[in-house]
Amino acid sequence: MTAYIVRRLVMLIPVLLIVGTIVFSLMHITPGDPAAVMLGQSAKPEQIEQLRDQMGLNEPLPKQFIEWFGGVLHLDFGESIFLGMPVTEAIKDRVEPTLLLTIYALFIQISIGIPAGIIAAVRRGKFIDRFLMIFSVSGAAIPTFFLGILLILFFSVNRRWLPSGGYVPIQEDPVAHFKAMLLPAFTLGFASAGLLARLVRSTMLDVMREDYIRTAFAKGSSERNVILRHALRNALIPAITIIGASVGALLGGATVTETVFTIPGMGRLVVQSIGRRDFPVIQGTVMFIAGTYVIVNLFVDILYVFIDPRVRYGDS
Amino acid sequence: MATVKATPSLAAETEKRDGGGVLSRIGPTSRWYWVRKLLENPMAVVSGTILLLLVLSAIFAPLLAPADPTFLDPVKRLLPPSRSAWMGTDDVGRDIYSRVLYGGRVSIMIGVVVMLASAFLGTLLGMISGYYSSFDTVIMRTMDGLMAFPSILLAIAIMVALGSGAANVCLALVIVYTPAIARLVRSSTLVLKQQQYVESARSIGLRDRDILRRYIFPNALSPLIVQCTFVSAFAIIAEASLSFLGAGVNPETPTWGNMLRDGQRLIQRAWWPAIFPGTALVLLVLSLNLLGDALRDALDPRGRDR
Repeated sequence: MTAYIVRRLVMLIPVLLIVGTIVFSLMHITPGDPAAVMLGQSAKPEQIEQLRDQMGLNEPLPKQFIEWFGGVLHLDFGESIFLGMPVTEAIKDRVEPTLLLTIYALFIQISIGIPAGIIAAVRRGKFIDRFLMIFSVSGAAIPTFFLGILLILFFSVNRRWLPSGGYVPIQEDPVAHFKAMLLPAFTLGFASAGLLARLVRSTMLDVMREDYIRTAFAKGSSERNVILRHALRNALIPAITIIGASVGALLGGATVTETVFTIPGMGRLVVQSIGRRDFPVIQGTVMFIAGTYVIVNLFVDILYVFIDPRVRYGDS
Repeated sequence: MATVKATPSLAAETEKRDGGGVLSRIGPTSRWYWVRKLLENPMAVVSGTILLLLVLSAIFAPLLAPADPTFLDPVKRLLPPSRSAWMGTDDVGRDIYSRVLYGGRVSIMIGVVVMLASAFLGTLLGMISGYYSSFDTVIMRTMDGLMAFPSILLAIAIMVALGSGAANVCLALVIVYTPAIARLVRSSTLVLKQQQYVESARSIGLRDRDILRRYIFPNALSPLIVQCTFVSAFAIIAEASLSFLGAGVNPETPTWGNMLRDGQRLIQRAWWPAIFPGTALVLLVLSLNLLGDALRDALDPRGRDR
């Protein structure tokens, strides 16, 4: 077990290296000079040259990469000339909203997706099954930003029940915080909830065919008991993988959701940097989010071994 | 391949449903059996019809649109849906119905281009990676690296580097969606190259190129087709999201994403600028997803009960 965990931790390095290479090369696929692009058309040649120096663009490419990636490993993503501060500082101010939004969305995904999947599997082929599955397909078909707009229209423009956007830190006013986060979290979690419901349904259907379920029924357990104690436990194992994988979709979707609900998170930072073409901020934030996602998935993989004793990873 | 006769019960059942039409003559062993299964699935027929209507309305947008989608009319600002403009107008007086029709052209075009290009590239990389183990590590580690990003973020980052425009959106989305296809095709290739018919093809001295084209590719095709419908759906959502965020197609171009961006800006004053393009987008993506599900059921005999 320890060997497996160590091996997975070591494998993190090449993955981060590849991810870093991709992020690094982004700036260099820009047609033209990135410094000129960042400064816009009115920039003087001296200014461009100065920025090139400051960003290290005059250094040889391998040296640039080593310096940049070395910084990344220390969570140093360079300077943003537009914000006038290190990118790390800019990210630090915006981690909390994104992180909380993602966690709430995960909570919504799990608390809708798992019960819906179980109900659909147990009442398979019945009306409720069809209804839930149509709901889950539509969840995947509604783009996050359109769902967000619909919810704003319904709950804040028409009824004025909830705010249409903004962010209140939880320490300041917990009630206002949750009121402000309810719509964004639901918007973000809904599509993933549908995905999870479909997966739980199909694994439940598989598990219900297993011998140990028949045995449980044969020894006289109630249906409720069999489903909750025997079937669900086994059906949830693949669900963990999907939940881990959806962290990526949620972190990405947070970009869109934060824009719709004007939440000052990392995603909104990226979107605000698009027009300014602020490469250091975009590179840094994207690297930070991708890194987080890679690490979350590593934890999910390790968790998997703990939860499911049937999964025995050999040393080969 | 010789056609084997269908079992009596199945043939009888088909006869009953179809009334002895063309479909009943396609037996379970025919290579066209999936078409029959698809046409027997009401969900597939409905979603296919909606998809066809949307595609047709996009193609014939210039004939169907009552107004120029970019024509500004200051007198008709933000009019609610009425008989003259049945989806209303936006805050600079442009006809929303006409814009929705033209916006569909961009969405569908980008969906098709991204689907074809990433299917081509993904198949090529996947087959090379699965067939020649010496290329496997390099190709697949790069694909894994690309898949380590939340897809929309990667697309945004590429768009910032490339600059806005429809062609760049396509390029960015091809980079984002190729890895999933490559991974799928690679795994089919790994299974197929162990098959006896591939081995015998190799033993009679067929070139690798021919083996890949004649034996591996056709057998890897059905999961690929299913995946392609989903990729086009994802690409359409991603294009709209990019335009919505201001990192997509030029803001002047009528696209559903750009319209939704305007729609959100106007949300406190009017519902119609957001609702109509959004509904069109959902219909298009939903019909693609449902069609993808139906195709999977029709092409994969094992997954029928899922």
